[in-house]
Amino acid sequence: MSGLGGWAGILPFAAYVVVFLGIPLYVVVHGSLTTESNQLTFDNFRQTWSSPAYRIAFKNSLILSVWTSIVGALFGTWLAAAVVAAKRGSLLHRFVQSSSGVLAYFAGVPLAFAFIAALGLQGVVTVLLKHFGIDLYAHGFTISSMTGVGLCYVYFQIPLMVILITPALEGLRSEWQEAALSLGASKLRYLRHVAVPVLLPSFVGATLILFGNAFSAYATALALVGSTLSIVPAQIDNALNGNVLVGADRAGLTLGTEMIIVVLIVMVGYLLVQRRARRWLR
Amino acid sequence: MTAPLAEAELMREMIGGSPPSRFRWQGGRPRVWRVLIFVLAAIFFIGPLAAAFKYSLQQSDGSYGFGNYGQIINNRAVRSPLVTSLEIAVITAAVVITLMLPTVVWVRLKKPKATVAMELITLLPIVIPPVVMAAGLEEFELNAPSWVIKYVFNHPLTGLIPFYVVLAMPFTYRAIDTGVRAIDLHTLVDASRNLGASWPSTLVRVVLPNVQTAALGAMFLTIALCLGEVVIATLLLYNTFPVEMVVLYHQSQVGVSVALSMFTLIFTFLVLFGLSFVAQRRRGGGAARVV
Repeated sequence: MSGLGGWAGILPFAAYVVVFLGIPLYVVVHGSLTTESNQLTFDNFRQTWSSPAYRIAFKNSLILSVWTSIVGALFGTWLAAAVVAAKRGSLLHRFVQSSSGVLAYFAGVPLAFAFIAALGLQGVVTVLLKHFGIDLYAHGFTISSMTGVGLCYVYFQIPLMVILITPALEGLRSEWQEAALSLGASKLRYLRHVAVPVLLPSFVGATLILFGNAFSAYATALALVGSTLSIVPAQIDNALNGNVLVGADRAGLTLGTEMIIVVLIVMVGYLLVQRRARRWLR
Repeated sequence: MTAPLAEAELMREMIGGSPPSRFRWQGGRPRVWRVLIFVLAAIFFIGPLAAAFKYSLQQSDGSYGFGNYGQIINNRAVRSPLVTSLEIAVITAAVVITLMLPTVVWVRLKKPKATVAMELITLLPIVIPPVVMAAGLEEFELNAPSWVIKYVFNHPLTGLIPFYVVLAMPFTYRAIDTGVRAIDLHTLVDASRNLGASWPSTLVRVVLPNVQTAALGAMFLTIALCLGEVVIATLLLYNTFPVEMVVLYHQSQVGVSVALSMFTLIFTFLVLFGLSFVAQRRRGGGAARVV
């Protein structure tokens, strides 16, 4: 079947996407490009850029996303490599896969509370460390600081990396290692000249996803701190629901559009890298 | 918030189809680098969870017990949002399957060229962070016609389900697509149609049983998403289960919040862990079942 008839079956899905994804998207982008009296303007963008509070929020969001995604990517790859080296279908393999799914997925609220229970002011670990003479809170650490929130992020970034990088690690053929070793390469040379170049695109792609994941995340911060933390999602929440200023909802929508642009760039980067990754691993 | 792509990968893991030859270090002896990361991971991951578990056992009167967990059944303020969330979760999962399965089957059979478009469209929800989606909906609600308010936004079920379906799209599409790719769809559908079955009956009685694991996985992950989503629900002022957890925390009932967290984490883990065994078993007998 071809022509119009071929598209008919996709119509319900397309209509659904247009209504339930299209409308919120349109409202945000439209709102960021218009004044209260519905005239086209770029002033909203100019205003958010010149506002020190929003600039700090963007800076914080970017710093948080960068360090948690890099730390998550490195440890996640390490952990995944250790698991992949175990037998497939083994209990360890299953256990790590399933718990990664839960932790990466439930990113937000339950993990935040687990961290509060551990590292909060009355937290079990905090109290335990105090017994040994280490007072975390005396050194300026709080669970609701950027460091505390970041630590929570790492808790779901590592499992996410495990899930994302495992297929790539499994795609590394043992023949390649055998070939390299029997041709006289050392293990280090095999890693440097075969494994790392083959894995690099997948690694970069997965790190980009981690970055986007941290950048759009708000649940953890919402549970730990509420909307007072200076990151972009919290500022959007504030602008729309706080009693800040007149016209603050335009600022919120504009920040929303800016977030979409950042994540869009990251995702395009991911798709480009992904294409390279498929050359060797499939 | 969520990691839809990760879920897709997880589904792929569970459904199977990864290459047979694998990366393998020589020698069976556990290496230092492996042991080291397992120890580090155990400390970092199990530490907070163990702490949380101990914390959740501390009752308000200072003694230890399961009182905080009892709140799930005894406290109406906890129970009613939990019921709401469960309703949302089950209906969302049903809508997701009803919407995605026919579309995926149709694209595979009649419009393979649309595959790339489908992949890109289903990636879109990742690009729009939940908080931005909520912002858009809040703004829309301000100027929406009254019938939309009345029939959509006035109730948590109608106000959240349509948008949770969108959030679930990236991984449900990939999961179902992977499942459908793995079976001989053309033969199955042709046989069913030639024997006189209608399209709906073909989908429900022929295709669905053959992609059971994928559909089950997609539904389960959708349910997990609905039980965990807090940002949109909070911003749109609906009182769902995760929202109630945060509310309790801010009312200084930290123990109850932590207990509820542990409960959801363990529950989800057990279902996912169980599903990995089901997926494994079905993979073995899959070929015989298909034709």
